[in-house]
Amino acid sequence: MKKTVLTFLFGVMILPLAMGQGYDIGDKAMNFKLKNVDGTHVALSDYEDEKGVIVIFTCNHCPYAQAWEERIIKIDKQFDPKGYPVVAIQPNDPKLQPEDSFENMKKRAKEKGYTFPYLMDETQEVYRAYGATKTPHVYLLENESNGFYVRYIGAIDDNYKDASQVKEKYLASAVNALLNGNEPSPKKTKAIGCSIKD
Amino acid sequence: MILLFSGSVQAQNIPVYEDFEEYQFLLEKNNDTTYVINYWATYCAPCVKEMPVFRKLEKNYNDQPVKIILTSLDFGSNATERVRSFMKKHNILSEVVILDDPKSNSWIDKVSPRWSGALPATLIYNKNSRALYEQTFTYSELEKIIQSKIQ
Repeated sequence: MKKTVLTFLFGVMILPLAMGQGYDIGDKAMNFKLKNVDGTHVALSDYEDEKGVIVIFTCNHCPYAQAWEERIIKIDKQFDPKGYPVVAIQPNDPKLQPEDSFENMKKRAKEKGYTFPYLMDETQEVYRAYGATKTPHVYLLENESNGFYVRYIGAIDDNYKDASQVKEKYLASAVNALLNGNEPSPKKTKAIGCSIKD
Repeated sequence: MILLFSGSVQAQNIPVYEDFEEYQFLLEKNNDTTYVINYWATYCAPCVKEMPVFRKLEKNYNDQPVKIILTSLDFGSNATERVRSFMKKHNILSEVVILDDPKSNSWIDKVSPRWSGALPATLIYNKNSRALYEQTFTYSELEKIIQSKIQ
């Protein structure tokens, strides 16, 4: 009895903390429906026929996001045909970072030839639920019969500065692992990024 | 012209570390000083906004065992020049170094496993304690922490 009470109290105490930290590997990802730069709305549930989705929190202004931008486009071109399309979400409040306004997002997606949706997290609820802290920040989701599950969190690869110096393509390896029925390794990586403006 | 210019500025030599292992000794000092290591970049708006907080700490604690090391993660062309002119413009007297090791997955956890990699972040450590703050500080928040460390 005592143990049950303690377990219950412990559960209540750690729950808000755990929620504040966002998703971990194996967690089920919430659905979202956000405004896309093409004027439509895109929902995670729109991808039910895909094997998964590569969700990348990214933005216009951040030099790290810019440094990885072309590599993100390449990854979409490589993995969209294999069932893992990229969905980019811009999490910053444009009042704090005007370069990340919806109008500027439209411009950048057009100029750079984004092949994937570029969504505005207007209420900033999505990035908070995921626990993204910076741009770029990747969440690789696998589509199971009852929803999308987080399989990899972190960086695109191991070099923010120079694509030609990349030795480990973490994200591509993780997607390939899932395509081959394996677990990604590593499941989590880190990279320097711009804090999300909230 | 160049001579005249350099004579009027307190030129600080800015070390550039292209390998984290060569930088790491700054995080491993074992003495009576409390080290405040701020990770920032000139292109990071919240970092720039926080800079006066460190400038004020530098000024108010210069006779105390507190050492600020501003670690810039600026990269790209003219990073050193960008950082140097920023320091001059903002009248920053603290030590500044540039960490230009883009293999950041290999070293972020060595700064602190609690750091996600988002800028800005500040590591405050001495021989007794070590904590990573992934946030910006107000002066009073930072001073409160420093006070508790140097007692």
